[in-house]
Amino acid sequence: MQRPKRKNPVLRTRLPTLPPAARSRVALGLTAAAALGRFELQQCRDCGAVQYPPREACQKCLSVVLDWKAQPAEGELLAQTVLHHSNDLFFRERLPWRLGLVKLDCGPTVVAHLHEAVQKRVRVRAMLDRAGQAVIAALPDKETTDMADDRQLREFTCDPKHRKVLVTDGKTALGQALIKELVSAKTEIVWVGYAEPWKKFAGFDELEKIPQVTLIPLDVTDSKNVRELAAEIAGKVDIVVNNAEHHRSFGIGNRQGVETARAEMDVNYFGLLRLAQEFGPAMRSRGADGSSSAVAWVNLLSIYALANFPPHGTFSASKAAAHSLAQCLRAEMRPAGVRVVNVFPGPIDDEWNQLLPPPKVAPAALAKAIVGALREGIEDVYPGDVAQEWLARWRDNPKALERELSA
Amino acid sequence: MLAAPVTVPYVRYSIRAAHWWLARAFSELLKKSHLAKEDVDGLTVSSFTLAPDTAIGLTQHLGLSPRWLDHVPLGGASAVVALRRAARAVQAGDADVVACIGGDTNHVDSFRLTLANFSQFARDAVYPYGAGGPNASFAFLTAHYMRVHGARREDFGKLCVAQRANALKFPLALFKKPLSMEEYLAARPIAEPLHLFDCVMPCAGAEGFLVLSEKKAKLLKLPYARLRGTIERHNAFPSDPVQMRAGWALDRDDLYGQAGAEPKNIDFVETYDDYPVISLMQLEDLGFCGKGDGPAFVRKHSFTCDGSFPLNTSGGQLSVGQAGAAGGFLGMVEAIRQLTGEAQGRQVKGAKLGLVSGFGMINYDRGLGSGAAILAAPKA
Repeated sequence: MQRPKRKNPVLRTRLPTLPPAARSRVALGLTAAAALGRFELQQCRDCGAVQYPPREACQKCLSVVLDWKAQPAEGELLAQTVLHHSNDLFFRERLPWRLGLVKLDCGPTVVAHLHEAVQKRVRVRAMLDRAGQAVIAALPDKETTDMADDRQLREFTCDPKHRKVLVTDGKTALGQALIKELVSAKTEIVWVGYAEPWKKFAGFDELEKIPQVTLIPLDVTDSKNVRELAAEIAGKVDIVVNNAEHHRSFGIGNRQGVETARAEMDVNYFGLLRLAQEFGPAMRSRGADGSSSAVAWVNLLSIYALANFPPHGTFSASKAAAHSLAQCLRAEMRPAGVRVVNVFPGPIDDEWNQLLPPPKVAPAALAKAIVGALREGIEDVYPGDVAQEWLARWRDNPKALERELSA
Repeated sequence: MLAAPVTVPYVRYSIRAAHWWLARAFSELLKKSHLAKEDVDGLTVSSFTLAPDTAIGLTQHLGLSPRWLDHVPLGGASAVVALRRAARAVQAGDADVVACIGGDTNHVDSFRLTLANFSQFARDAVYPYGAGGPNASFAFLTAHYMRVHGARREDFGKLCVAQRANALKFPLALFKKPLSMEEYLAARPIAEPLHLFDCVMPCAGAEGFLVLSEKKAKLLKLPYARLRGTIERHNAFPSDPVQMRAGWALDRDDLYGQAGAEPKNIDFVETYDDYPVISLMQLEDLGFCGKGDGPAFVRKHSFTCDGSFPLNTSGGQLSVGQAGAAGGFLGMVEAIRQLTGEAQGRQVKGAKLGLVSGFGMINYDRGLGSGAAILAAPKA
């Protein structure tokens, strides 16, 4: 993929449109799996038949107990077509468009968006489209060079390649790992925020040497600072990675007053709100701005956003608040096709989790998972074994997890 | 018996509702049969755009009090299925005269809206994939058919070109210009391998016919055609990974058995021709040639009204236009005309037996409903 040409600022920016978003409720099972990067289809609990399209009753034995289960994603391309006409605005603007009819090894025949390098054997993925709904994409069964550059596939992913990214906090180990990942993913510009610019931080000199990096003073608790920065760069930012967080231990009883909790809320919750208010509108207007449009907003949350971890109780509460606000942001960004990616790590291996036993997620691994999620088009990211295990526990029985965390 | 074939002249776009089109079909039936509306005591209605109404709402709209009523929302299979149900009703004495009508309106944006909400499976698993509508679904079937059976674009083109020649002799066809093979091949791609002239044009229109006993038809002095055999099947061969056949392949022996005829006795065929590949599938499944021999069959025959295998003698939907559910009626109405000597310049010489086939409802990846009827001239 060639680096896109510089935009002519006089020309009109194409307004965002969305692919058809209507789905039956039962079909949203595919969306729930795609949000996590999983390929699941309904499978009959009684006779085992795999079903597609999504339905209310087994087409083989009429059982109504159909579970969404991970399925082998291989299949064979039966037929393909290239659309030169569409009844929908989104696709009209993106013609020609390739489609395939794929017989899955697990049974059903599926209509799929078709990668241009596909031969006979394919690997399918459930992916979120710009409307945030799941679709099935058929990719080559083996990795090909520049596979992610496929014009259609890029409509489903949030690949930072040739895009411009704002990382809100460059002072932390995670922030610095993120910058390295983004640069190696061929991000064009990384704006790196850092609070308290009068103090030099560890790693500052190294960051300054990276040609793609521009360091900018940014304190997400300072409304005026956020507004001024947005006025300068919001119209150019394609991806926001909001990794700024404030983290202290303890819950309610071990601390006097509300100052620490207020500081956590000010960064973790109000920081997101300030950024979203100032950067959101400009990003929404650029949701379909060429091959490097505004495309994603990443929030660093915590697995504790799902269930409170009392030893870090006020921090957990601020992340739960941020999670709720992120869902609101997701709804507001959806009409523009800009994806809100929520990241739910378990404890990060940093100074604020010093007393927690391993396993903890290393900043470099977390950064890899975040950039990987952008490239894969995943919406809810649970990076590392700890987060995956906690997610499984939470999905299985949220009440049980609450009791386990309070033990 | 079938009588009084009527077509309400099609238009590309209409500002009228489906009710307007169905009302006109019904009143044309009365005009043609010299019946009063009280004399028609049975009614079937087929329409996509009648919603939120169904057949029963139409009775009040038109001031009818039928003693037998059916709503047949089966797309291209509607006419065959309506005929089957109406014939049973007449046979059982539930109704004396049944009007079978099908029609749809076509507003400038109504086709897109119909597509987006065509079925739950289409909304969930087809429309979000490029919103190509039936063009995309039939592109898959056509590509697969070409690969497996060695069909070429010229084979499909031959059917389209012949049907256009037939349509030029049908005053109500929307397409009035001749079509050459060169023009067919040079048309712009729509959904490869389908090009412009492989695709039907959505329009507004309505069709209808009467079903009644022979005695009643004679009493009314109506020219009629006789129903000799008919079949219907839905969701046949559900485990075929891609559609290559439909219900006809299961039921055709029954069809010819009822009619006491064989494929070689049939004088003309009206297939459901929303895309030419579907005509080939019907000719194979109905026994005019073996499975996969469609391309060779096409190369051997000519398909104009005076050809060796008269097919879609009024031009079919490809050259008349696809007026929604009326598309399933087009071939039935034309077959009655052929067998009652009303086909004017398109008359197939000595036509005594005609076969009408219906195919409908691309619910997900394939057409679900299939049916066929063999009709005969009264003295055949």
